Amino acid sequence: MGYRFDFGAVFDRAPELFWGSLGTLGLAFAGMLLALVIGILGVAARTSKIAWVRAPVIAFVEVVRNTPFLVQIFFIYFALPLMGIRLNPTVTAIIALGINGGAYAIEIIRGGVESISKGQIEAGFALGLHKADVFRLIVLKPALRAIYPSLTSQFVMLTLTTSVCTSIAAYELTSAAQRIESDTFRSFEVYFTVTAIYLVISSLMMGIFALISRSYFNYPTR
Amino acid sequence: MGPIGENELFFILQGLKWTVLLAIIGFIGGGVFGILIALVRTSKHQFARLAASGYIALFQGTPLLMQLFVVYYGVALLGIDVNAWVAVAIAFTLHASAFLGEIWRGSIEAVPKGQTEAANALGLHYVSRMKDVVLPQALKISMPATIGFLVQLIKGTSLAAIVGFIELTRAGQIISNQTYRPLLVFGIVGIIYFVICWPLSHVGSGLEKRMAKAAR
Repeated sequence: MGYRFDFGAVFDRAPELFWGSLGTLGLAFAGMLLALVIGILGVAARTSKIAWVRAPVIAFVEVVRNTPFLVQIFFIYFALPLMGIRLNPTVTAIIALGINGGAYAIEIIRGGVESISKGQIEAGFALGLHKADVFRLIVLKPALRAIYPSLTSQFVMLTLTTSVCTSIAAYELTSAAQRIESDTFRSFEVYFTVTAIYLVISSLMMGIFALISRSYFNYPTR
Repeated sequence: MGPIGENELFFILQGLKWTVLLAIIGFIGGGVFGILIALVRTSKHQFARLAASGYIALFQGTPLLMQLFVVYYGVALLGIDVNAWVAVAIAFTLHASAFLGEIWRGSIEAVPKGQTEAANALGLHYVSRMKDVVLPQALKISMPATIGFLVQLIKGTSLAAIVGFIELTRAGQIISNQTYRPLLVFGIVGIIYFVICWPLSHVGSGLEKRMAKAAR
C-alpha cells in the first residue's frame, strides 16, 4: 500500500474549516430556534379541541418523520421559488432544518405537557400560589425537565443533520470540506478531519446541555 | 419540461430496489455486529466496555454523511478494489451496529437482575444465560426502539445519493434534472419513502403503547 497521508494540505485550509464550523453552528442554532417555535405552536394546535386544527398538525408530523431530510430539503429548495420566495441556500437550509426539527419537537413537547397531572396544578392553587407562579413552577419547569433530555438530544441530531445541507450548497462545514476536497484531492484526510470536528462540536453541545441540566433541574422529584 | 412517463417511473423504482437492499443489508449486518457491541458493552471487562462505548459515541456523535465519506474513501485507501456498492454497504453496517448496539445495551440492562441471578443459581453458562434467558427478554423490550431505528436507517440510505450511489433519492434527482419537474419527482419519491416508513413507525409506536400499558 503506497498511499502517503497528507493532512498538511487540509490544515493549510484551517481558516475555511473554522468558518465552516461557525456556519454549521449558525445553521444548527437558527434551525433549533425555528424548531422550538414550530414545536410550541404545533403543540398548541395539536392539543386543540377542534379536529380540523389538530388534523393538519398530525399529518405534518407523520409526513416529516417518515421521509428523509434530504428529500425534504430538495422539495423546499425547489418549492419556495415557485411560491415566489427567493432565498439564498443557507436561509433555505434553516427553514428545512426548522421544519424537520419542529415535527420532532411537537412530539417531544406534547409528551412533556401531557406528563403534568392536573392534581399538581390544583394543589398549587390550594396552597395560595399566583397563577403566574403555578405556571412557572408547576407547569413549565417540570415540563421542561421532562422533555429536556429528548429535546436536547434531538438538537444534537439536528446539528449533525446540518451536514446534509451541503446538497443545496448552504454555507457550512461539509460544503467547506467538499470545496477543499475538490481542490486538494485529499478526500480521506479532509473527511477524517471534518468528522473529528463534528465529534468535537457534538461532544461540546452534549457537555453544555448536561451542565445546564445539572444546575437548573437539580431538585428531587419525589 | 418533460413528462414523467413509464420509463421515468421505472428508473425511480429501480432506485427503490437499491434503497431497500441497502437498508436490509445495513439492518442485518448492523444487527449481527450490534449484538456483539451490546454484549461487549454489558460485559464484565472494563476495557472492552470502554472500547464499545467509544465506538458507539463515535458513530452517534458524527453525521452519517461524514461516516459514508470516510468509509467510502477509507476503503479505497486500503488498496482493496471494491465498488461503491460494497463501500456504502460497509458504512451503513458500521453505522447501524453502533446504534443497534446502544439500543440493545439498554434493553439488556432493562431485563430484571433477578433473571440473571436465577440463571446463575441454576448453573447456566454465560452463553446459555444470554441466549436462553436474557436476550429473548431484551429483544422484546427493544422492539419499539429497534423498529424506530430501522425507519431512521431507511431514511438514512438517502444520503448514499450524495456519495453518488444511485438509490431512490439519487434516481429522483436524475429524473428531476431530466424533466425539470422537481416538485412532482421529489413528491413521488417522498411518498414512496412514506409508504415504506409510515407503517413501520405505526407498528413501532403501537408496540410501545402496548408495552407501556402492560408495565403500568
